[in-house]
Amino acid sequence: IMASSYGAKEEDGHHPGSAGLGGAAIRTKKPDNTAFKQQRLPAWQPILTAGTVLPAFFIIGLIFIPIGIGLYVTSNNIKEFELDYTGTDMSSPCFNCSQSWNSTNTCKCELFFSLDQPFESNVFMYYGLSNFYQNHRRYVKSRDDSQLNGDERSLKEPSKECEPYRTNENKPIAPCGAIANSMFNDTLDLFYIDPNGKKRPISLTKKGIAWWTDKHVKFRNPGGSNSNLTTVFKDTAKPVNWHKPVYELDVDIENNGFINEDFIVWMRTAALPTFRKLYRIIQKNNDMTPTLPRGNYSLAVTYNYPVRSFEGRKRMILSTISWMGGKNPFLGIAYITVGSICFFLGVVLLFIHHKYGNRNNSSDIAS
Amino acid sequence: MTWTNPLTLLRHGWTRHWNPDRPVRTVVSNLPFEDLKKREQPNRRYEGNAIRTNKYRLWSFIPMNLFEQFHRMANIYFVGLAILNFVPVVNAFQPEVALIPICIILALTAVKDGWEDFRRYQTDQQLNNTPCFIFSRKQMCFVERRWKDVRVGDFVRVLSNEIIPADILLLHTSDPNGVCHMETANLDGETSLKQRKVVPGFSSLGEPFQPQTFDSTVVCENPNNNLNLFKGYVERPDKRRTGFGIDSLLLRGCMVRNTDDAAGIVVYAGHETKSMLNNSGPRYKRSKIERKMNTDVLFCVVLLFFMCLIGALGHAIWLETFSSMPSYIVPDSNGNYTPSVLAGFYMFFTMIILLQVMIPVSLYVSIELVKMGQIFFITQDVELYDEELDRRVQCRALNITEDLGQIQYVFSDKTGTLTENKMVFRRCSVMGTEYCHEENVVVPDRKLILEVDRQMASIQTGPYLDFFLALAICNTVLVSSVTAQRQRVRVNVADLAGAERVGDVLRALTHSTKTRGGETLADPFSIDEDESDGFHSSDVSDAAGQKVISSERKVKSGLSGSEEVCYEAHSPDEAALIHAAKAYGFTMMERTPHYVTVKLPDEALLKFEVLDILTFDSTRRRMSIIVRHPHTKEIIMYTKGADSAIMERLGNVFSVKSEAKQTAVKTQRDLDMYARNGLRTLCFAKKVISEQEFRAWSAVRQEALSAIEEKEERLMETANFIESSFTLLGATGIEDRLQESVPETIQALRRAGMQVWVLTGDKPETAINIAYSCKLLEHEDLVFTFISVILQSLCKMRLEDTLGELRRSMLPPGADHQFRGYSSAFTGPLMEPSIGLVIDGPTLSMAMSDELVEQFVELCKHCRAVLCCRVTPLQKSAVVKLIRQKLRVMTLAVGDGANDVNMIQAADVGIGVSGQEGMQAVMASDFAITRFKHLQRLLLVHGHWCYSRLANMVIYFFYKNVAYVNLLFWYQFFCGFSATAMIDYWLMIFFNLFFTSAPPIMFGIMEKEVSDSTLLSLPELYKRGQHSEGYRRSTFWIAILDAFYQSLVCFFIPYWTYNGSDIGIFAFGTPMNTVSLFTIILHLAIEIKSWTAVHWVIMIGSVLVYFIVTLAYSAICISCNPPSDPYWIMHKQMADPMFYLVCILTTVVALLPRTFFTEILLLWSEKERSANGSKLYTG
Repeated sequence: IMASSYGAKEEDGHHPGSAGLGGAAIRTKKPDNTAFKQQRLPAWQPILTAGTVLPAFFIIGLIFIPIGIGLYVTSNNIKEFELDYTGTDMSSPCFNCSQSWNSTNTCKCELFFSLDQPFESNVFMYYGLSNFYQNHRRYVKSRDDSQLNGDERSLKEPSKECEPYRTNENKPIAPCGAIANSMFNDTLDLFYIDPNGKKRPISLTKKGIAWWTDKHVKFRNPGGSNSNLTTVFKDTAKPVNWHKPVYELDVDIENNGFINEDFIVWMRTAALPTFRKLYRIIQKNNDMTPTLPRGNYSLAVTYNYPVRSFEGRKRMILSTISWMGGKNPFLGIAYITVGSICFFLGVVLLFIHHKYGNRNNSSDIAS
Repeated sequence: MTWTNPLTLLRHGWTRHWNPDRPVRTVVSNLPFEDLKKREQPNRRYEGNAIRTNKYRLWSFIPMNLFEQFHRMANIYFVGLAILNFVPVVNAFQPEVALIPICIILALTAVKDGWEDFRRYQTDQQLNNTPCFIFSRKQMCFVERRWKDVRVGDFVRVLSNEIIPADILLLHTSDPNGVCHMETANLDGETSLKQRKVVPGFSSLGEPFQPQTFDSTVVCENPNNNLNLFKGYVERPDKRRTGFGIDSLLLRGCMVRNTDDAAGIVVYAGHETKSMLNNSGPRYKRSKIERKMNTDVLFCVVLLFFMCLIGALGHAIWLETFSSMPSYIVPDSNGNYTPSVLAGFYMFFTMIILLQVMIPVSLYVSIELVKMGQIFFITQDVELYDEELDRRVQCRALNITEDLGQIQYVFSDKTGTLTENKMVFRRCSVMGTEYCHEENVVVPDRKLILEVDRQMASIQTGPYLDFFLALAICNTVLVSSVTAQRQRVRVNVADLAGAERVGDVLRALTHSTKTRGGETLADPFSIDEDESDGFHSSDVSDAAGQKVISSERKVKSGLSGSEEVCYEAHSPDEAALIHAAKAYGFTMMERTPHYVTVKLPDEALLKFEVLDILTFDSTRRRMSIIVRHPHTKEIIMYTKGADSAIMERLGNVFSVKSEAKQTAVKTQRDLDMYARNGLRTLCFAKKVISEQEFRAWSAVRQEALSAIEEKEERLMETANFIESSFTLLGATGIEDRLQESVPETIQALRRAGMQVWVLTGDKPETAINIAYSCKLLEHEDLVFTFISVILQSLCKMRLEDTLGELRRSMLPPGADHQFRGYSSAFTGPLMEPSIGLVIDGPTLSMAMSDELVEQFVELCKHCRAVLCCRVTPLQKSAVVKLIRQKLRVMTLAVGDGANDVNMIQAADVGIGVSGQEGMQAVMASDFAITRFKHLQRLLLVHGHWCYSRLANMVIYFFYKNVAYVNLLFWYQFFCGFSATAMIDYWLMIFFNLFFTSAPPIMFGIMEKEVSDSTLLSLPELYKRGQHSEGYRRSTFWIAILDAFYQSLVCFFIPYWTYNGSDIGIFAFGTPMNTVSLFTIILHLAIEIKSWTAVHWVIMIGSVLVYFIVTLAYSAICISCNPPSDPYWIMHKQMADPMFYLVCILTTVVALLPRTFFTEILLLWSEKERSANGSKLYTG
């Protein structure tokens, strides 16, 4: 078209033909002049200058330090007591049990300890294991969740993941897998020795230690809630390391079989090789006396669980808890430190900015 | 999609293999074989006309698409990992789950490919079912069939404004002159009509076509993709041969115009047609960043290898520490424990699976998306839109947008690129007398008119008449009538929808035709009216003058009638010349292959018989037309061409005092003056050929025409033979004005650190003149000129001298380079004298010979501007290649004509200017613009943006993957190197796929580090991209280091918080995943320099999507994804205040160093800037 409509008039930028035609009828290819397409959307440009960043550093410092102090104080108010009962030491009452372990005999030992401070409110009793890699990949996988969810088929035909703890003597193992097989089975009993030297057992609640959702949704016994567990598990074998089958974990039907809370707690595998798991809860009395008063106590251990092969340690932990969970000074200290660092960096930046800011001004004036 | 169907490749390979013994294709009529079986068809080996551009069929879609996708390295890596996961001893995840990412990627790609393919299938079907007319022997007439029924050897008729279904050898047209006009806009975008001629001897003009009598054999080349070349001959039963060329071939996809109907025999069909063979997909180039990135991916592979090695060794050593196996180490199904060394070996592969994300496979997909977005914004830029041509900037190469931001050398064509290529006839020199014209051609020079009239009145012949006759007929301009124009307008109207618009349309239609008429006729006369008063009042108002004016008045009245002429010129020079001739009254009225009709100033029509046309080519640099004068019956050849191509072939110039010699000398002087003024020069000459001389030559010519081998060479020989001993008529000077803002653009490119070279075929004088006017060279510059250096030794000497001089006057180049890299913005131009180099083609080829090339390149390095004149297209590309390879720089070539195609293809980035010279340059280019000034915005703004966006995004992607994967790695130290992931696998997949993928892509498309106005006003900012400062190895390693630091923080703060507590594996992983998300998103937030609504939506949206998906997932999944079973984990965590405390602390600590150092750097650069600023102000 250009060549055919050649004419000197066009040089003047005057195109009657094309303009008239284009404007009236033909849609041009002209891009839309919208802010988005022209990349002209109103934009906020946070210029990271001293003016905007400096206050941020100070504000972070000012917020973090109080939080850290609060956390640290809270953590310090939590009372915690730990007792190692592994028995590696010759002097330990459990030394014999730890050395001569076999699966048939039960070995019992008793440890004495005293609490310097009374434990107010509910006290949580944990068992702690160290150097126990519950997070090993093959171990973590070695379970059948549908079996634990009460699926009849999986009960008879457990998942391949459970190998080699899948069947025993041609019977399916319930619950199958390495996690269940290695379940912690020490029994811990706590006694208060009153000033007269009389041992008084402390009542330990074993309900409410597992997650509500685990207990009521994720873990179900096969055959519904009312059926007889003995018949349901009739054709199954117990895990090889267990002393008794799964339906004899407790006498209470609400806490037996797969929905036994100790079992559920064990099945929630720990993230790190040193961990604790909730064992019992010592409920607060209604009266004004502390849950665990100052004084002497004894821990009676039925020593079933071997830890020597991996140089593990077994501990019993008593702890009160606050809104931030158990005792943990790290977070408070970390907050205080980071807050201080931010504050310090803020000062450094302020200093640099001040220095160069001055020079900047002077050069402006000089010019 | 560069990938071609393997079956097609195979088929092509096979046919190619099959063909060598048959270098030509023979086609005979299908009609005698009409009802025979396929086996007996003579043309059965040739492809049918049905096309299939879709790759897949329904049944083969899945296998073929998979096969195609596995050509990508990344997919193979993914599949390898997935397969590895099925090996029981090494698997890290559920094997089925590990298939998810690869399946998602493959499925998405397959859906995209399938959809595109289906669209192609639909258009193919539409094309294949378009109706057309094929001759049937049974019915003895043309019957309506579909395009897919057309076979080679069929006779097809095409009506006016219909699209041609296949490549057809033209045998008949309704036009009495045996021509057919064709519009090739569909093929190459050129809207000018092309004339096609009937192969003579098969249908008598004016009679109906009778295909059934066609008994000859058509012999032609095998199918090729050259749109401008086609040769062959028709052999009759009596062995008589008639040659034909491209001007007898109707091309598939073009439209027949101005011809009621045309018919011919199909020679190529379907995929073998020239248009289909030219139909290659978008070009694939690999950009500089991508090349660099690939080495960084290799670094990641090495890093991955070491991490896996650490994992493997760690696992083996860890196993060794146990005296007896503890209960948490699970034996295999037979109850045996794997030996620790073997277990370590297996662990290596498991680790690869676990840490696979280290290799940023999704990066490749993201880059493609980002480039699509960048291209969208480039093409949408209204500043790069050309109102006049109604054309946006086109991005033809889809993956080198960021190369626009790294250009160091710009090679530009002159004509049509720097200049308008809208030619204005300014001066002419006839018989040694010089006549100057005003800007407007159509005001004829008064004295020249008188001269012409004197000859007209007296003898009806003479050099002045010859000069204008040559101007009018020695060209390839076509004349189209007003009715033809109307037809074309009507086609446009057909596109418009909506009945209510009819009124508008009609108005527009009448308006347009009216103005079209008015435009051409108003030009000469609106101004002429005033001029004629001058004529009358002055004394020169003799009879001749009166006559001219009156005759022109008649022309005017004639034009306002129906016989207005419109010219369809291929080149703007021709248009300028023919309009100039018209202004002097020599109007070409009609051109057919055999006749050309010119109306003389006295209204007489001269109908010349055209005996031959020797078309223009770049070697001869001239064209000639041989005609028989209607009155004198003389055979006359008119030639126009470059001055050198004519001057050296003049006759009679050797006799010392002849008039011809005088004229030649004077004309040469005028020519030199034109060149100095920057005008384009052409010489016109004439030669009278005697009857027998012509006959002898004509015989040789015919032979050459029907040759198949060495046809070009033989044609050239014949042309050279006849084009000699000319009589010089005169010369013309045509002005080609600079485009607007060219000097500004060149200066901006310069300031941006680009070296600008201009390569032109023009003469040195013209080129230098233009170079000064476009500020390529400035008067204070030190310009070295290397023109017509004849001997190589001389050239060498001068090169050495120049280099020595340069070395003395300047800093050593190394130091200079360093210096320039850092702070040339304010000091550079002031320090060194800027050096220019002017070199011409022959000297250039000497300088580029092996022994001088090093010195030449050395010299070029110092030059701020280089001007190469009289260079051939091949030299242009050779120069580009030389600089690109020797100096290892990013090059850009910009040009508009066919002669720039080589150069455009040789450069890293090729830019085509769509202007007056057709579309070849655009078709070969990576980007197409309409004005040279657009280069400034394209490079300085879009190039800079694309570069910094992509560089930042790539760096960020590496960072993101490393930061995330390392979380898993650190965990291995606490799980016995057993390749446990503490994050649910689905959430890990989603993390990369959904939660953190949109922000970097948006960042890569929309980030605006610096505003466009700043970029345009400070071209120096471009240097950041030139020196690859956005993406350096150091930047990469800093990002990796930061990633390591952040992952350490993200792991160990939660670790110390939860160590010793009763937390479960996946409850432990949840805050880490959340913290990583916050860190990764906020890290990007620090990088983003300008926040728009889109940014906010995507950033906040990503975080929201994370929480919604995770909450929903952990509310639904009870035992769906063993072993993680995220049931209620997220809810439990979010009910815990510790979770928030950990998240806040970790995020702050992770981002603290980056924020701090960014801030320090900013302060430092502020200081730098103020220091520089004060220096600038005080200095």
